[in-house]
Amino acid sequence: MAILLTIQEKQDEIVSEFEVFDDWMEKYEYLIDLGKDLPLIQEELKTEERLIEGCQSRVWLNADFNDGKMQFSADSEAIITKGIIGLLIRVLNDEHPETILKTDLKFISDIGLQEHLSPTRANGLNGMIKKMKMEALKYIQH
Amino acid sequence: MTEIIKKPFNVREIREEFPALRQEIYGKNLIYFDNGATSQKPQIVLNAINKFYSKENANIHRGVHFMSQKATTEFEEARKQIQHFINARKAEEIIFTKGTTDGINLVASSYGELLTAGDEILITAMEHHSNIVPWQMLCQRKGLILRVAPINFKGELIIEEFDKLLSKKTKLLAITHISNTLGTINPVKELTQKAHAVGAKVLLDGAQSIQHMKIDVKDLDCDFYVFSSHKLFGPTGIGVLYGKEDLLDRMPPYQGGGDMISRVTFEHTSYNELPFKFEAGTPHIAGGICLGTSVGFLNSIDLDGAQKHEAELTKYAEHLLDTFEGLHIIGEAKNKTSVISFTVDGIHPFDIGTLLDKQGIAVRTGHHCTQPLMDFYKIPGTTRASFAFYNTKEEIDLFVEALEKSINMLK
Repeated sequence: MAILLTIQEKQDEIVSEFEVFDDWMEKYEYLIDLGKDLPLIQEELKTEERLIEGCQSRVWLNADFNDGKMQFSADSEAIITKGIIGLLIRVLNDEHPETILKTDLKFISDIGLQEHLSPTRANGLNGMIKKMKMEALKYIQH
Repeated sequence: MTEIIKKPFNVREIREEFPALRQEIYGKNLIYFDNGATSQKPQIVLNAINKFYSKENANIHRGVHFMSQKATTEFEEARKQIQHFINARKAEEIIFTKGTTDGINLVASSYGELLTAGDEILITAMEHHSNIVPWQMLCQRKGLILRVAPINFKGELIIEEFDKLLSKKTKLLAITHISNTLGTINPVKELTQKAHAVGAKVLLDGAQSIQHMKIDVKDLDCDFYVFSSHKLFGPTGIGVLYGKEDLLDRMPPYQGGGDMISRVTFEHTSYNELPFKFEAGTPHIAGGICLGTSVGFLNSIDLDGAQKHEAELTKYAEHLLDTFEGLHIIGEAKNKTSVISFTVDGIHPFDIGTLLDKQGIAVRTGHHCTQPLMDFYKIPGTTRASFAFYNTKEEIDLFVEALEKSINMLK
């Protein structure tokens, strides 16, 4: 049986995975592989409502709530963005909305990808994280 | 005028003047191919910026003290240098703006006031958003009609269609001299003649032409020519609107404030003369002076040689890119400048741009503020390499190698 990791442990795990890379190109190669491997969202879910308009590449996000936990699926036109989305989903899936809202997604800057979150980067990633948190907010027990 | 004999253009020597080119990005030597977005600055301009703020900083046009008078003289000298650089008749025809966008907005607001419902403005399908949106806003405000002259797939204006759209109703042709996305050089002199023949005025968006060719506004006979300093190796935040004097005289002021007035009472204000009528508030003094420095720098180099070098770079890069399978150059006009936009089948430009960046190469990716043009080509965006005279063939070799590596990773 798989051991359930906490959200922090999942972030730490990703950070240590990235520590083995010596240079940027290796890091990106890994991200691209993640992007290529992951079937992130069903085609029929790529609707206007699920679209997050980025200036350069578009992102689609779907959120579900089952048994008190969030499930995300997403996609992007750009494969590097898709790779980063894969990491985000790995960290945030199967978590309680409360946990998602209070988590600082520190791993992104720890692995040196913070530039992808800057609003000027315009790849939709920033908007996607905001949307993930907004979705989680919907399911907070009042 | 006597022609000063200049040293033949030498790219190695020119590069020495640009400190920004001598740096490492992610451990690689920087290759700067984003000159369409902005150009790097020569040391002489950097020195001038430093000198102004260290020794000469003062407000202009109103101080009686030494520094203010010195700054005023330098600012007005810069205006004259720019006048000569683009061969305007008078210094009064040179209006300092924030940049190309600001210049277009000035004309849209001010010249726009002279237009009435039903009048038409003609633009082209290859315009930058800056030469679309101000006209759309004006059209909405005044009930004018915006016409768009189409282009062919090579990225050239379809002259027959252009001719059909031009009529007595056309009051302004606002057209880019060179497309920032495609590199297409429009035949603006001929188009200006055609526009004048029906009584229309002509605004040339010079954002991409001022740095690549000798501009002679008298010869082009355009009514307005706008450009930005930062694409001409000068500071950001300053630009120029050239306008014919009689036209500028007839136009109402754009913004109100200090400097643009001659007498103010609470009942009535009379406006200052040209060029100050259009320069409300404290201008970007250091910017104007240092744009003058940049123009002086360009006057000192062999620009014909520089242009030849740019053309060679473009040809060389296009030749190498032609060998890439699935790579399509967007913009293949017969007459084009040193801009190469391309797409690669199955690969998003954002990914290419990101990987090139990590290899030390700065290119632009995206829609380049020309979304209607992207719609025309049915693409989300392109990767754009744009060269300046300080770029080299060796840099293109490294770029092509890095591009190949990137594409292989992304395939």
